[in-house]
Amino acid sequence: MIRLEPRRQHSQKMVYLSPLLAIFLTLITGGIIFAFMGKDPIEALYTFFIMPINNAYGVGELFVKATPLVIIAVGLAMGFRANVWNIGAEGQLTMGAIFGGGLALAFYDSTSMFLLPGMFILAALGGAMWAAIPAWLRTRFNANEILTSLMLTYVATLILSYLVYGPWRNPEGFSFPESRPFPDAALLPIIYDGTRVHLGAVFALLIVAGGWVLLTKSVVGFQLRVVGQAPQAARHVGFRQKRMVWFTLLLSGGLSGLAGLFEVAGPIGQLQPSISPGYGFTAIIVAFLGRLHPIGILFAGLVMALTYLGGELAQIGLGLPSAVTGLFQGILLFFLLACDVLTKYRVRFGAVNKSGEAA
Amino acid sequence: MKARFMKRTAAALAAVGALALGMGAAQAADPLKVGFVYVGPVGDFGYSYQHDQGRKAVEEKFGDKVKTTFVESVPEGADAERVIRQLAQTGNDLIFTTSFGFMNPTIKVAKQFPNVKFEHATGYKRADNVATYAARFYEGRYVAGVIAGKMTKSNIIGYVGSFPIPEVVRGINSFMRGAWSVNPDVKVKIVWVNSWYDPGKEGDAAKALIDQGADIMVQHTDSPAPLQVAENRGIKGFGQASDMIKFAPKAQMTAIVDHWDKYYIDRVQAVMDGTWKSEDTWDGLKEGMVHMAPFTNMPDDVAALAKETEDKIASGDIKIFAGPIYDQAGELRVKEGEVAPDEMLLGMDWYIKGIDAELPK
Repeated sequence: MIRLEPRRQHSQKMVYLSPLLAIFLTLITGGIIFAFMGKDPIEALYTFFIMPINNAYGVGELFVKATPLVIIAVGLAMGFRANVWNIGAEGQLTMGAIFGGGLALAFYDSTSMFLLPGMFILAALGGAMWAAIPAWLRTRFNANEILTSLMLTYVATLILSYLVYGPWRNPEGFSFPESRPFPDAALLPIIYDGTRVHLGAVFALLIVAGGWVLLTKSVVGFQLRVVGQAPQAARHVGFRQKRMVWFTLLLSGGLSGLAGLFEVAGPIGQLQPSISPGYGFTAIIVAFLGRLHPIGILFAGLVMALTYLGGELAQIGLGLPSAVTGLFQGILLFFLLACDVLTKYRVRFGAVNKSGEAA
Repeated sequence: MKARFMKRTAAALAAVGALALGMGAAQAADPLKVGFVYVGPVGDFGYSYQHDQGRKAVEEKFGDKVKTTFVESVPEGADAERVIRQLAQTGNDLIFTTSFGFMNPTIKVAKQFPNVKFEHATGYKRADNVATYAARFYEGRYVAGVIAGKMTKSNIIGYVGSFPIPEVVRGINSFMRGAWSVNPDVKVKIVWVNSWYDPGKEGDAAKALIDQGADIMVQHTDSPAPLQVAENRGIKGFGQASDMIKFAPKAQMTAIVDHWDKYYIDRVQAVMDGTWKSEDTWDGLKEGMVHMAPFTNMPDDVAALAKETEDKIASGDIKIFAGPIYDQAGELRVKEGEVAPDEMLLGMDWYIKGIDAELPK
């Protein structure tokens, strides 16, 4: 019989090492799978993990892809730490794109330098507003925010569809569902020529830094951690849980909204029916992969972004199916969770010992 | 306006064609690399599957002279540009981007790679090195409409739509004109699923439509799910993009099949010969780009009528959008004795009179 026995003391070092170990194990397993499929494992792993970033454009794409994931995940992690489960970042992202993008469309012939900052503000407001609905439902009616935030995602997508099929449709677009292209003044400047890396990547780094300060240096961050880890203690010392719900949902909603705007004002350049391939959901994985810590999330976002780029190149270079991306993400998560379990528990063979510790 | 645009670009194209000729010769020794970008998985057994059949036909025809590559399930957002660019950068000489949402990324990448030729399906933007192509799927939908009009007993058609873009709206109009040509009492109920490929949503939509009394299932989405629901509920329906008879042996009456084989082979040949030009291709039953799967699960007289309809559309005896055509508001859109021009069809964002539904706006 195999049992898991909690370790009395688990190594703090392993908590941070386990993601690295998981990545290492993923590479080994991936190599074995490639070998079984008749591909040279070294060449395949090289194609998947190195080739996407062996030139400036590729590195740029890594940042482009990681930017929304990191921005959203930093916000979500704050909530997750306080047991506030915002699953609807995708919807908040969409609302941010609608609010910020709407301003760009309203001033589609503008050249004002104030347009872009205005879009930032509106996008953050839009995302936060969308997250305020689950926050209100949770604090007022105790409605589960997992469900409400998730369902609002679909509402947001339909609102975007309504707008680009209807009132915001490009009048010169042959009735196809897309908005006018944004004016230049509403597009994020490219920060490195020859790539698509835009100002949003700088914001992502600032948000990571801000998140780190908030979490480790501020009273709010301390409260977040206490509310999450010891809710009764938090209540005892008078931390108001409702305020935490509001704070984390508004923060993560606002950041998701900003991430959505960076997509439409960055690489896309207009509003269209689909603006995100599920960044709001993938960011949940990124948040956990990054140990709910802003710095960890930065690396996790980059790793996750790499699996997407690698999946594309594996299709182009090796003729593998697109499922290889999901496969790698799955293996990575599997090993991460396994490493976590083994960090906190030890495996024991044989019957339960007398003191019954295994329970 | 489009015709004028075509003429204007034609002159510019001649020059580019000459340029391409020189380069084609220089690369003759290496295989021609051809890339494909699909919006769905090749295993959707619908739209993307059918494009991939076209790719395989190119491989079969040219053997060692071509090397094809495809990327599947590419989202119609920021990612498309990178995928298309990577295909261009890895030496593909001709790249087919097979969904409407790839239009702007295709144009952007084409500017950066003037020596690579691009072909974008179902869009309207062209450039010196970007051609467009689409199939007149709506011709097949008219044939399906005739069959449905004959076969329905409840006189209610269930229609699963993807997005209310002109291609799909045109299909609904064409289908209903076909149905009304044999049965003026037919009504259509439409559910939009806002996705090209989402078997779960498509199936749910089909169930809802059947619960509302529909006894014929029509779909303009890419998975066989609605047809499978029809099969399970014992009603009839039509396959989309691909012959789906394997998924619904008792329900599929025919399918509107996209045949990209010939077009892809022709275009690859044109690049090899140095005769490739940026142009707009919109072919249908006549040219074989649209093709009807065998007429099954219906009485012989209906099958015969369907065949006759198909032949008449191909020969031009039936003009699907011949006037007078009124829209829902009662406004005359096509006058008696005239036929709706392609420009009108391409931008069709209105239902014809008699359709009892509202377009999502």
